[in-house]
Amino acid sequence: MDATLQHLLRDLAPQVLGAVARRHGDFAAAEDAVQEALIAAALQWPASGVPANPRGWLYHVALRRITDHLRSDLARRRREETVAGELWAEWAFVPPPDVEVGVDADDTLVLLFMCCHPALTPASAIALTLRAVGGLTTAQIANAFLVPEATMAQRISRAKAGIKASGVPFSMPEGAERAGRLGAVLHVLYLVFNEGYTSSTGATLQRPDLADEAIRLSRAVHALLPEDGEVAGLLALMLLTDARRAARTGPGGELIPMDEQDRSLWNPALIAEGVALVSAALSRGAVGAYQLQAAIAAVHDEAARAEDTDWPQILALYQVLERISDNPMVSLNRAIAAAMVHGPRAGLELVAALDGDARIAGHYRLDAVRAHLHERAGDPARAIAHYRAAAERTASTPERDYLTLKAARLAAEQREKPGAGD
Amino acid sequence: MKYMMMMHTPRGTGDYQVGQWSPEDFKAHIAFMHSYNKELMDGGEWVDGQGLAAPGEARLVRAGKDGAPVTDGPFPEAKEFLAGYWIVDVDSPERAYELAAKASAAPGPGGTPLNMAIEVRQVMSGPPKDA
Repeated sequence: MDATLQHLLRDLAPQVLGAVARRHGDFAAAEDAVQEALIAAALQWPASGVPANPRGWLYHVALRRITDHLRSDLARRRREETVAGELWAEWAFVPPPDVEVGVDADDTLVLLFMCCHPALTPASAIALTLRAVGGLTTAQIANAFLVPEATMAQRISRAKAGIKASGVPFSMPEGAERAGRLGAVLHVLYLVFNEGYTSSTGATLQRPDLADEAIRLSRAVHALLPEDGEVAGLLALMLLTDARRAARTGPGGELIPMDEQDRSLWNPALIAEGVALVSAALSRGAVGAYQLQAAIAAVHDEAARAEDTDWPQILALYQVLERISDNPMVSLNRAIAAAMVHGPRAGLELVAALDGDARIAGHYRLDAVRAHLHERAGDPARAIAHYRAAAERTASTPERDYLTLKAARLAAEQREKPGAGD
Repeated sequence: MKYMMMMHTPRGTGDYQVGQWSPEDFKAHIAFMHSYNKELMDGGEWVDGQGLAAPGEARLVRAGKDGAPVTDGPFPEAKEFLAGYWIVDVDSPERAYELAAKASAAPGPGGTPLNMAIEVRQVMSGPPKDA
Protein backbone atom coordinates (compact mmCIF):
# COMPACT_ATOMS: atom_id res chain seq x y z
CA MET A 1 0.00 0.00 0.00
CA ASP A 2 1.51 3.35 -0.95
CA ALA A 3 1.96 6.19 1.51
CA THR A 4 -0.80 8.39 0.02
CA LEU A 5 -3.39 5.66 0.38
CA GLN A 6 -2.16 4.84 3.87
CA HIS A 7 -2.52 8.50 4.85
CA LEU A 8 -5.99 8.71 3.36
CA LEU A 9 -7.16 5.63 5.24
CA ARG A 10 -5.71 6.84 8.51
CA ASP A 11 -7.42 10.21 8.14
CA LEU A 12 -10.75 8.59 7.26
CA ALA A 13 -10.67 5.83 9.89
CA PRO A 14 -11.70 7.90 12.94
CA GLN A 15 -14.40 9.76 10.97
CA VAL A 16 -15.91 6.51 9.74
CA LEU A 17 -15.57 4.85 13.15
CA GLY A 18 -17.25 7.85 14.78
CA ALA A 19 -20.15 7.72 12.32
CA VAL A 20 -20.61 3.95 12.62
CA ALA A 21 -20.38 4.04 16.43
CA ARG A 22 -22.92 6.88 16.57
CA ARG A 23 -25.35 4.97 14.37
CA HIS A 24 -24.78 1.58 15.90
CA GLY A 25 -24.05 2.35 19.56
CA ASP A 26 -21.68 -0.56 20.23
CA PHE A 27 -18.17 0.80 20.09
CA ALA A 28 -16.35 -2.54 20.05
CA ALA A 29 -18.54 -3.91 17.24
CA ALA A 30 -18.13 -0.66 15.29
CA GLU A 31 -14.38 -0.80 15.69
CA ASP A 32 -14.18 -4.38 14.41
CA ALA A 33 -16.39 -3.53 11.45
CA VAL A 34 -14.36 -0.42 10.52
CA GLN A 35 -11.14 -2.44 10.75
CA GLU A 36 -12.64 -4.94 8.30
CA ALA A 37 -13.69 -2.12 5.98
CA LEU A 38 -10.18 -0.65 6.10
CA ILE A 39 -8.68 -4.01 5.25
CA ALA A 40 -11.10 -4.36 2.33
CA ALA A 41 -10.12 -0.88 1.11
CA ALA A 42 -6.41 -1.61 1.42
CA LEU A 43 -6.89 -4.75 -0.66
CA GLN A 44 -9.24 -3.35 -3.30
CA TRP A 45 -8.37 0.29 -3.86
CA PRO A 46 -4.84 -0.17 -5.22
CA ALA A 47 -6.37 -2.21 -8.09
CA SER A 48 -9.79 -0.57 -8.53
CA GLY A 49 -8.73 2.99 -7.76
CA VAL A 50 -9.96 5.14 -4.87
CA PRO A 51 -13.77 5.53 -5.07
CA ALA A 52 -15.24 9.00 -5.61
CA ASN A 53 -16.52 9.08 -2.05
CA PRO A 54 -14.02 7.00 -0.06
CA ARG A 55 -15.54 7.92 3.31
CA GLY A 56 -18.99 6.81 2.20
CA TRP A 57 -17.52 3.61 0.78
CA LEU A 58 -15.87 2.72 4.09
CA TYR A 59 -18.98 3.68 6.04
CA HIS A 60 -21.17 1.39 3.97
CA VAL A 61 -18.80 -1.54 3.99
CA ALA A 62 -18.49 -1.22 7.79
CA LEU A 63 -22.26 -1.02 8.26
CA ARG A 64 -22.70 -4.02 6.01
CA ARG A 65 -20.21 -5.99 8.09
CA ILE A 66 -22.13 -5.14 11.24
CA THR A 67 -25.34 -6.19 9.57
CA ASP A 68 -23.68 -9.43 8.47
CA HIS A 69 -22.60 -10.13 12.02
CA LEU A 70 -26.03 -9.23 13.38
CA ARG A 71 -27.67 -11.42 10.81
CA SER A 72 -25.58 -14.45 11.67
CA ASP A 73 -26.21 -13.85 15.38
CA LEU A 74 -29.92 -13.59 14.74
CA ALA A 75 -29.83 -16.64 12.53
CA ARG A 76 -28.17 -18.60 15.26
CA ARG A 77 -30.73 -17.53 17.81
CA ARG A 78 -33.87 -17.88 15.77
CA ARG A 79 -32.79 -20.54 13.33
CA GLU A 80 -36.26 -22.02 12.95
CA GLU A 81 -38.71 -19.16 13.13
CA THR A 82 -36.77 -16.58 11.16
CA VAL A 83 -38.32 -15.45 7.94
CA ALA A 84 -35.66 -14.62 5.41
CA GLY A 85 -37.53 -11.50 4.29
CA GLU A 86 -37.39 -10.05 7.76
CA LEU A 87 -33.65 -10.19 7.69
CA TRP A 88 -33.33 -8.80 4.25
CA ALA A 89 -35.52 -5.91 5.31
CA GLU A 90 -32.73 -4.89 7.59
CA TRP A 91 -30.44 -4.62 4.62
CA ALA A 92 -32.76 -2.11 3.08
CA PHE A 93 -31.92 0.38 5.82
CA VAL A 94 -28.41 0.64 4.53
CA PRO A 95 -28.40 3.35 1.89
CA PRO A 96 -26.60 2.66 -1.37
CA PRO A 97 -22.94 3.71 -1.52
CA ASP A 98 -23.43 6.77 -3.73
CA VAL A 99 -25.68 8.56 -1.23
CA GLU A 100 -23.82 11.13 0.88
CA VAL A 101 -23.89 9.90 4.47
CA GLY A 102 -24.07 11.70 7.77
CA VAL A 103 -20.38 11.44 8.47
CA ASP A 104 -19.39 14.66 10.10
CA ALA A 105 -16.11 15.80 11.52
CA ASP A 106 -17.54 16.16 15.02
CA ASP A 107 -17.68 12.37 15.20
CA THR A 108 -13.88 12.34 15.33
CA LEU A 109 -14.06 14.62 18.33
CA VAL A 110 -16.69 12.49 20.07
CA LEU A 111 -14.49 9.48 19.41
CA LEU A 112 -11.50 11.22 20.99
CA PHE A 113 -13.61 12.24 23.98
CA MET A 114 -14.68 8.64 24.40
CA CYS A 115 -11.15 7.23 24.11
CA CYS A 116 -9.91 9.69 26.73
CA HIS A 117 -12.65 8.91 29.22
CA PRO A 118 -11.50 9.45 32.81
CA ALA A 119 -12.59 5.88 33.70
CA LEU A 120 -9.56 4.66 31.71
CA THR A 121 -5.99 4.74 32.96
CA PRO A 122 -3.69 7.03 30.94
CA ALA A 123 -1.93 4.00 29.42
CA SER A 124 -5.27 2.57 28.23
CA ALA A 125 -6.52 5.92 26.97
CA ILE A 126 -3.30 6.43 25.00
CA ALA A 127 -3.45 2.97 23.44
CA LEU A 128 -7.12 3.31 22.51
CA THR A 129 -6.66 6.80 21.09
CA LEU A 130 -3.77 5.72 18.88
CA ARG A 131 -5.73 2.72 17.69
CA ALA A 132 -9.20 4.21 17.20
CA VAL A 133 -8.40 7.82 16.31
CA GLY A 134 -4.82 7.53 15.09
CA GLY A 135 -5.52 4.43 13.02
CA LEU A 136 -2.26 2.73 14.06
CA THR A 137 -2.28 -1.05 14.19
CA THR A 138 -1.89 -2.85 17.50
CA ALA A 139 1.54 -4.05 16.35
CA GLN A 140 2.65 -0.49 15.58
CA ILE A 141 1.48 0.79 18.96
CA ALA A 142 3.18 -2.12 20.75
CA ASN A 143 6.36 -1.36 18.86
CA ALA A 144 6.17 2.33 19.76
CA PHE A 145 5.92 1.57 23.48
CA LEU A 146 8.36 -1.36 23.32
CA VAL A 147 5.94 -3.87 24.79
CA PRO A 148 4.94 -7.23 23.26
CA GLU A 149 2.05 -7.08 20.82
CA ALA A 150 -0.07 -9.45 22.95
CA THR A 151 0.32 -7.09 25.91
CA MET A 152 -0.83 -4.12 23.85
CA ALA A 153 -3.74 -6.08 22.36
CA GLN A 154 -4.85 -6.91 25.90
CA ARG A 155 -4.47 -3.29 27.00
CA ILE A 156 -6.67 -2.15 24.12
CA SER A 157 -9.34 -4.78 24.65
CA ARG A 158 -9.47 -3.98 28.36
CA ALA A 159 -9.87 -0.31 27.48
CA LYS A 160 -12.80 -1.14 25.22
CA ALA A 161 -14.36 -3.31 27.93
CA GLY A 162 -13.86 -0.41 30.35
CA ILE A 163 -15.76 1.93 28.07
CA LYS A 164 -18.57 -0.57 27.69
CA ALA A 165 -18.76 -1.15 31.46
CA SER A 166 -18.81 2.57 32.21
CA GLY A 167 -21.90 2.97 30.03
CA VAL A 168 -20.51 6.09 28.33
CA PRO A 169 -22.96 7.07 25.62
CA PHE A 170 -21.52 7.88 22.21
CA SER A 171 -22.28 11.56 22.38
CA MET A 172 -20.61 14.84 23.15
CA PRO A 173 -20.48 15.60 26.88
CA GLU A 174 -21.95 18.99 27.76
CA GLY A 175 -21.05 22.01 29.84
CA ALA A 176 -18.43 21.57 32.56
CA GLU A 177 -18.01 17.88 31.73
CA ARG A 178 -17.13 18.77 28.15
CA ALA A 179 -14.41 21.18 29.31
CA GLY A 180 -13.05 18.60 31.75
CA ARG A 181 -13.00 15.91 29.09
CA LEU A 182 -11.25 18.17 26.61
CA GLY A 183 -8.59 18.61 29.29
CA ALA A 184 -8.21 14.82 29.45
CA VAL A 185 -7.95 14.62 25.65
CA LEU A 186 -5.21 17.26 25.57
CA HIS A 187 -3.36 15.52 28.39
CA VAL A 188 -3.41 12.21 26.48
CA LEU A 189 -2.07 13.92 23.35
CA TYR A 190 0.59 15.64 25.45
CA LEU A 191 1.65 12.27 26.92
CA VAL A 192 1.85 10.72 23.44
CA PHE A 193 4.04 13.59 22.29
CA ASN A 194 6.31 13.33 25.33
CA GLU A 195 6.70 9.60 24.92
CA GLY A 196 7.86 10.21 21.37
CA TYR A 197 10.02 13.17 22.23
CA THR A 198 11.82 11.75 25.24
CA SER A 199 11.99 8.10 24.20
CA SER A 200 15.41 6.58 24.60
CA THR A 201 17.58 5.82 21.60
CA GLY A 202 18.37 2.25 20.59
CA ALA A 203 15.93 0.79 18.13
CA THR A 204 14.18 4.15 17.53
CA LEU A 205 14.44 3.79 13.77
CA GLN A 206 11.95 0.94 13.78
CA ARG A 207 9.48 2.81 15.97
CA PRO A 208 6.58 4.75 14.49
CA ASP A 209 6.99 8.35 15.39
CA LEU A 210 4.76 9.15 18.34
CA ALA A 211 5.69 12.84 18.33
CA ASP A 212 4.51 13.14 14.71
CA GLU A 213 1.35 11.23 15.54
CA ALA A 214 0.58 13.50 18.51
CA ILE A 215 1.05 16.55 16.27
CA ARG A 216 -1.20 15.06 13.58
CA LEU A 217 -3.97 14.38 16.10
CA SER A 218 -3.59 17.79 17.74
CA ARG A 219 -3.88 19.42 14.32
CA ALA A 220 -7.13 17.50 13.80
CA VAL A 221 -8.51 18.68 17.16
CA HIS A 222 -7.41 22.25 16.41
CA ALA A 223 -9.20 22.11 13.05
CA LEU A 224 -12.38 21.02 14.85
CA LEU A 225 -12.08 23.53 17.72
CA PRO A 226 -10.20 26.46 16.15
CA GLU A 227 -11.44 28.91 18.80
CA ASP A 228 -10.10 26.95 21.77
CA GLY A 229 -6.97 28.63 23.12
CA GLU A 230 -5.62 25.61 24.97
CA VAL A 231 -5.95 23.35 21.92
CA ALA A 232 -4.03 25.93 19.90
CA GLY A 233 -1.58 26.29 22.80
CA LEU A 234 -0.90 22.55 22.96
CA LEU A 235 -0.39 22.30 19.20
CA ALA A 236 1.93 25.33 19.31
CA LEU A 237 3.87 23.82 22.22
CA MET A 238 4.40 20.60 20.27
CA LEU A 239 5.48 22.41 17.11
CA LEU A 240 7.85 24.75 18.95
CA THR A 241 9.40 21.83 20.85
CA ASP A 242 9.57 19.52 17.86
CA ALA A 243 11.28 22.28 15.87
CA ARG A 244 14.41 21.68 17.96
CA ARG A 245 14.40 17.91 17.54
CA ALA A 246 17.28 17.58 15.06
CA ALA A 247 19.56 19.65 17.29
CA ARG A 248 18.63 17.93 20.51
CA THR A 249 20.76 14.78 20.23
CA GLY A 250 24.19 14.06 18.79
CA PRO A 251 25.17 11.24 16.42
CA GLY A 252 25.41 8.68 19.26
CA GLY A 253 22.01 9.68 20.69
CA GLU A 254 23.69 11.85 23.33
CA LEU A 255 21.71 14.71 24.80
CA ILE A 256 22.65 18.25 23.77
CA PRO A 257 21.26 20.94 26.10
CA MET A 258 19.48 23.89 24.52
CA ASP A 259 22.26 26.41 25.14
CA GLU A 260 24.74 24.19 23.24
CA GLN A 261 22.48 23.25 20.33
CA ASP A 262 23.31 24.16 16.74
CA ARG A 263 20.37 26.50 16.15
CA SER A 264 20.78 26.32 12.38
CA LEU A 265 19.29 22.81 12.74
CA TRP A 266 16.08 24.20 14.24
CA ASN A 267 13.10 24.01 11.89
CA PRO A 268 12.08 27.59 10.98
CA ALA A 269 8.75 26.58 9.40
CA LEU A 270 7.59 24.81 12.57
CA ILE A 271 8.77 27.75 14.68
CA ALA A 272 6.88 30.26 12.50
CA GLU A 273 3.71 28.17 12.65
CA GLY A 274 3.96 27.67 16.41
CA VAL A 275 4.63 31.33 17.10
CA ALA A 276 1.68 32.41 14.95
CA LEU A 277 -0.63 29.91 16.70
CA VAL A 278 0.33 30.87 20.22
CA SER A 279 0.29 34.60 19.48
CA ALA A 280 -3.22 34.35 18.09
CA ALA A 281 -4.36 32.25 21.06
CA LEU A 282 -2.86 34.58 23.66
CA SER A 283 -4.42 37.65 22.03
CA ARG A 284 -7.87 36.09 22.50
CA GLY A 285 -7.57 36.08 26.30
CA ALA A 286 -8.35 33.18 28.73
CA VAL A 287 -4.72 32.17 29.13
CA GLY A 288 -4.08 28.51 30.01
CA ALA A 289 -1.11 26.38 30.95
CA TYR A 290 -0.42 25.01 27.45
CA GLN A 291 -0.45 28.50 25.95
CA LEU A 292 2.02 29.71 28.57
CA GLN A 293 4.34 26.76 28.00
CA ALA A 294 4.09 27.39 24.26
CA ALA A 295 4.88 31.08 24.82
CA ILE A 296 7.98 30.10 26.79
CA ALA A 297 9.06 27.69 24.04
CA ALA A 298 8.48 30.50 21.51
CA VAL A 299 10.77 32.89 23.41
CA HIS A 300 13.52 30.24 23.37
CA ASP A 301 12.97 29.47 19.68
CA GLU A 302 13.09 33.13 18.65
CA ALA A 303 16.58 33.67 20.10
CA ALA A 304 19.17 33.41 17.33
CA ARG A 305 21.88 32.61 19.90
CA ALA A 306 21.54 31.21 23.44
CA GLU A 307 22.84 34.49 24.86
CA ASP A 308 20.08 36.41 23.04
CA THR A 309 17.36 34.59 25.03
CA ASP A 310 14.91 37.01 26.62
CA TRP A 311 15.14 35.53 30.14
CA PRO A 312 13.18 38.33 31.89
CA GLN A 313 10.27 37.50 29.57
CA ILE A 314 10.61 33.76 30.32
CA LEU A 315 10.76 34.46 34.06
CA ALA A 316 7.57 36.55 33.83
CA LEU A 317 5.80 33.74 31.94
CA TYR A 318 6.88 31.15 34.52
CA GLN A 319 5.55 33.37 37.31
CA VAL A 320 2.12 33.43 35.66
CA LEU A 321 2.31 29.67 34.97
CA GLU A 322 3.25 28.96 38.58
CA ARG A 323 0.19 30.88 39.80
CA ILE A 324 -2.25 28.84 37.70
CA SER A 325 -0.69 25.37 37.85
CA ASP A 326 0.61 24.52 41.37
CA ASN A 327 3.27 22.22 39.96
CA PRO A 328 6.69 22.02 41.64
CA MET A 329 8.36 21.32 38.26
CA VAL A 330 7.13 24.74 37.13
CA SER A 331 8.63 26.28 40.28
CA LEU A 332 11.91 24.55 39.50
CA ASN A 333 11.91 25.97 35.98
CA ARG A 334 11.13 29.39 37.40
CA ALA A 335 14.23 29.00 39.60
CA ILE A 336 16.33 28.41 36.46
CA ALA A 337 14.86 31.48 34.77
CA ALA A 338 15.42 33.54 37.94
CA ALA A 339 19.05 32.42 37.98
CA MET A 340 19.47 33.61 34.39
CA VAL A 341 18.03 37.03 35.27
CA HIS A 342 19.25 37.61 38.84
CA GLY A 343 22.23 35.25 39.10
CA PRO A 344 22.79 31.66 40.29
CA ARG A 345 22.47 32.51 44.02
CA ALA A 346 18.89 33.72 43.50
CA GLY A 347 18.14 30.47 41.66
CA LEU A 348 19.67 28.33 44.42
CA GLU A 349 17.51 30.05 47.04
CA LEU A 350 14.35 29.23 45.08
CA VAL A 351 15.50 25.62 44.65
CA ALA A 352 16.13 25.34 48.40
CA ALA A 353 12.49 26.29 49.03
CA LEU A 354 11.45 23.19 47.04
CA ASP A 355 13.19 20.76 49.40
CA GLY A 356 10.14 20.99 51.65
CA ASP A 357 7.76 19.94 48.85
CA ALA A 358 7.19 16.20 49.16
CA ARG A 359 6.10 15.99 45.53
CA ILE A 360 9.58 16.85 44.28
CA ALA A 361 12.00 16.48 47.24
CA GLY A 362 14.74 13.98 46.34
CA HIS A 363 13.92 14.14 42.62
CA TYR A 364 17.03 13.99 40.45
CA ARG A 365 16.05 17.22 38.69
CA LEU A 366 16.61 19.17 41.89
CA ASP A 367 20.18 17.85 41.93
CA ALA A 368 20.66 18.51 38.22
CA VAL A 369 19.50 22.13 38.54
CA ARG A 370 21.58 22.67 41.68
CA ALA A 371 24.61 21.27 39.86
CA HIS A 372 24.15 23.73 36.96
CA LEU A 373 23.68 26.67 39.31
CA HIS A 374 26.71 25.77 41.47
CA GLU A 375 28.76 25.42 38.30
CA ARG A 376 27.68 28.88 37.18
CA ALA A 377 28.34 30.25 40.66
CA GLY A 378 31.95 29.02 40.39
CA ASP A 379 31.66 26.19 42.94
CA PRO A 380 32.85 23.10 40.98
CA ALA A 381 33.12 20.80 44.03
CA ARG A 382 29.43 21.19 44.87
CA ALA A 383 28.50 21.08 41.17
CA ILE A 384 30.33 17.75 40.70
CA ALA A 385 28.64 16.23 43.76
CA HIS A 386 25.18 17.26 42.55
CA TYR A 387 25.84 16.15 38.94
CA ARG A 388 26.86 12.72 40.24
CA ALA A 389 23.86 12.50 42.57
CA ALA A 390 21.53 13.41 39.68
CA ALA A 391 23.21 10.88 37.35
CA GLU A 392 22.61 8.13 39.88
CA ARG A 393 18.91 8.89 40.19
CA THR A 394 17.71 9.54 36.63
CA ALA A 395 16.09 6.66 34.77
CA SER A 396 16.94 8.11 31.34
CA THR A 397 20.10 6.73 29.75
CA PRO A 398 20.98 9.80 27.59
CA GLU A 399 20.39 12.06 30.57
CA ARG A 400 22.52 9.89 32.87
CA ASP A 401 25.32 9.93 30.32
CA TYR A 402 25.04 13.71 29.95
CA LEU A 403 25.12 14.33 33.73
CA THR A 404 28.01 11.87 34.24
CA LEU A 405 29.96 13.59 31.51
CA LYS A 406 29.37 17.04 33.03
CA ALA A 407 30.74 15.76 36.35
CA ALA A 408 33.70 14.11 34.61
CA ARG A 409 34.57 17.29 32.68
CA LEU A 410 34.47 19.48 35.78
CA ALA A 411 36.56 16.93 37.71
CA ALA A 412 39.13 16.81 34.89
CA GLU A 413 39.35 20.63 34.89
CA GLN A 414 39.98 20.59 38.65
CA ARG A 415 42.75 18.02 38.27
CA GLU A 416 44.47 20.07 35.57
CA LYS A 417 44.84 23.11 37.81
CA PRO A 418 45.70 21.79 41.27
CA GLY A 419 45.58 24.55 43.85
CA ALA A 420 44.74 27.09 41.16
CA GLY A 421 41.50 28.18 42.87
CA ASP A 422 40.84 31.92 43.12
CA MET B 1 18.42 -20.71 21.57
CA LYS B 2 18.10 -17.65 23.74
CA TYR B 3 20.50 -16.53 26.42
CA MET B 4 20.35 -13.77 28.96
CA MET B 5 23.65 -12.02 29.57
CA MET B 6 23.71 -10.12 32.86
CA MET B 7 26.36 -7.48 33.31
CA HIS B 8 27.63 -7.27 36.89
CA THR B 9 29.72 -4.20 37.49
CA PRO B 10 31.82 -3.27 40.49
CA ARG B 11 30.53 -0.45 42.61
CA GLY B 12 32.83 2.54 42.87
CA THR B 13 32.95 5.10 45.64
CA GLY B 14 29.52 6.24 44.53
CA ASP B 15 26.96 3.97 42.91
CA TYR B 16 28.57 4.48 39.55
CA GLN B 17 32.23 3.77 39.23
CA VAL B 18 32.06 5.55 35.87
CA GLY B 19 31.32 8.78 37.74
CA GLN B 20 35.02 9.00 38.57
CA TRP B 21 36.31 8.43 35.03
CA SER B 22 37.74 11.05 32.68
CA PRO B 23 35.32 12.43 30.06
CA GLU B 24 37.26 10.75 27.21
CA ASP B 25 37.21 7.33 28.90
CA PHE B 26 33.51 7.63 29.63
CA LYS B 27 32.74 8.67 26.05
CA ALA B 28 34.77 5.75 24.67
CA HIS B 29 32.84 3.36 26.92
CA ILE B 30 29.46 4.69 25.76
CA ALA B 31 30.57 4.54 22.11
CA PHE B 32 31.65 0.92 22.60
CA MET B 33 28.26 -0.04 24.04
CA HIS B 34 26.46 1.71 21.17
CA SER B 35 28.41 -0.14 18.50
CA TYR B 36 28.13 -3.42 20.43
CA ASN B 37 24.34 -3.11 20.49
CA LYS B 38 24.24 -2.12 16.84
CA GLU B 39 26.27 -5.19 15.91
CA LEU B 40 23.83 -7.43 17.77
CA MET B 41 20.90 -5.82 15.95
CA ASP B 42 22.55 -5.85 12.53
CA GLY B 43 23.56 -9.48 13.04
CA GLY B 44 20.02 -10.56 13.85
CA GLU B 45 20.96 -11.80 17.32
CA TRP B 46 19.38 -9.01 19.40
CA VAL B 47 16.18 -9.86 21.28
CA ASP B 48 16.19 -7.32 24.08
CA GLY B 49 18.61 -5.29 26.12
CA GLN B 50 18.12 -2.78 28.89
CA GLY B 51 20.30 -0.71 31.14
CA LEU B 52 19.08 -0.57 34.73
CA ALA B 53 18.90 2.59 36.79
CA ALA B 54 21.48 2.95 39.56
CA PRO B 55 21.08 0.61 42.55
CA GLY B 56 20.68 3.48 45.05
CA GLU B 57 16.92 3.02 45.02
CA ALA B 58 16.97 -0.79 44.72
CA ARG B 59 14.72 -2.71 47.10
CA LEU B 60 14.17 -6.37 47.85
CA VAL B 61 10.49 -7.04 48.30
CA ARG B 62 8.81 -9.97 50.03
CA ALA B 63 5.16 -10.39 50.89
CA GLY B 64 4.48 -10.20 54.63
CA LYS B 65 2.03 -12.50 56.40
CA ASP B 66 -0.87 -10.32 55.27
CA GLY B 67 0.40 -10.23 51.68
CA ALA B 68 1.45 -6.58 51.94
CA PRO B 69 4.92 -5.72 50.56
CA VAL B 70 7.82 -5.73 53.02
CA THR B 71 10.80 -3.91 51.55
CA ASP B 72 14.45 -4.19 52.40
CA GLY B 73 17.32 -2.09 51.06
CA PRO B 74 19.00 -0.17 49.56
CA PHE B 75 22.24 -2.09 49.98
CA PRO B 76 25.23 0.25 50.04
CA GLU B 77 27.55 -2.56 51.19
CA ALA B 78 27.07 -4.60 47.99
CA LYS B 79 30.34 -4.90 46.04
CA GLU B 80 28.74 -5.46 42.64
CA PHE B 81 25.43 -4.66 41.06
CA LEU B 82 23.45 -5.63 37.97
CA ALA B 83 23.97 -2.72 35.55
CA GLY B 84 21.98 -4.11 32.65
CA TYR B 85 21.21 -7.17 30.59
CA TRP B 86 20.86 -8.43 27.03
CA ILE B 87 18.80 -11.28 25.66
CA VAL B 88 20.32 -12.70 22.49
CA ASP B 89 19.13 -15.40 20.14
CA VAL B 90 22.15 -17.42 19.01
CA ASP B 91 22.97 -20.77 17.43
CA SER B 92 25.11 -22.16 20.22
CA PRO B 93 26.11 -21.57 23.82
CA GLU B 94 29.65 -20.89 22.54
CA ARG B 95 28.37 -17.93 20.55
CA ALA B 96 26.68 -16.55 23.68
CA TYR B 97 29.97 -16.88 25.59
CA GLU B 98 31.79 -15.16 22.75
CA LEU B 99 29.35 -12.23 22.81
CA ALA B 100 29.53 -12.05 26.61
CA ALA B 101 33.32 -11.95 26.51
CA LYS B 102 33.19 -9.06 24.07
CA ALA B 103 30.88 -7.07 26.35
CA SER B 104 33.06 -7.99 29.33
CA ALA B 105 36.05 -6.35 27.65
CA ALA B 106 34.30 -2.95 27.30
CA PRO B 107 36.91 -0.21 27.72
CA GLY B 108 37.43 1.37 31.13
CA PRO B 109 39.82 4.10 32.36
CA GLY B 110 42.70 4.60 29.94
CA GLY B 111 41.03 2.25 27.47
CA THR B 112 41.95 -0.79 29.58
CA PRO B 113 39.36 -3.60 29.26
CA LEU B 114 37.12 -3.74 32.32
CA ASN B 115 36.71 -7.54 32.16
CA MET B 116 33.39 -7.29 33.95
CA ALA B 117 31.63 -10.48 35.08
CA ILE B 118 28.86 -11.34 32.63
CA GLU B 119 26.52 -14.05 33.88
CA VAL B 120 25.18 -16.11 30.96
CA ARG B 121 21.95 -18.07 31.47
CA GLN B 122 19.85 -19.89 28.94
CA VAL B 123 16.27 -18.63 28.66
CA MET B 124 13.85 -21.56 28.95
CA SER B 125 11.77 -22.27 25.88
CA GLY B 126 8.28 -23.63 25.17
CA PRO B 127 7.53 -27.34 24.82
CA PRO B 128 9.92 -29.25 22.53
CA LYS B 129 8.89 -29.98 18.94
CA ASP B 130 7.14 -33.31 18.35
CA ALA B 131 9.52 -35.88 16.94
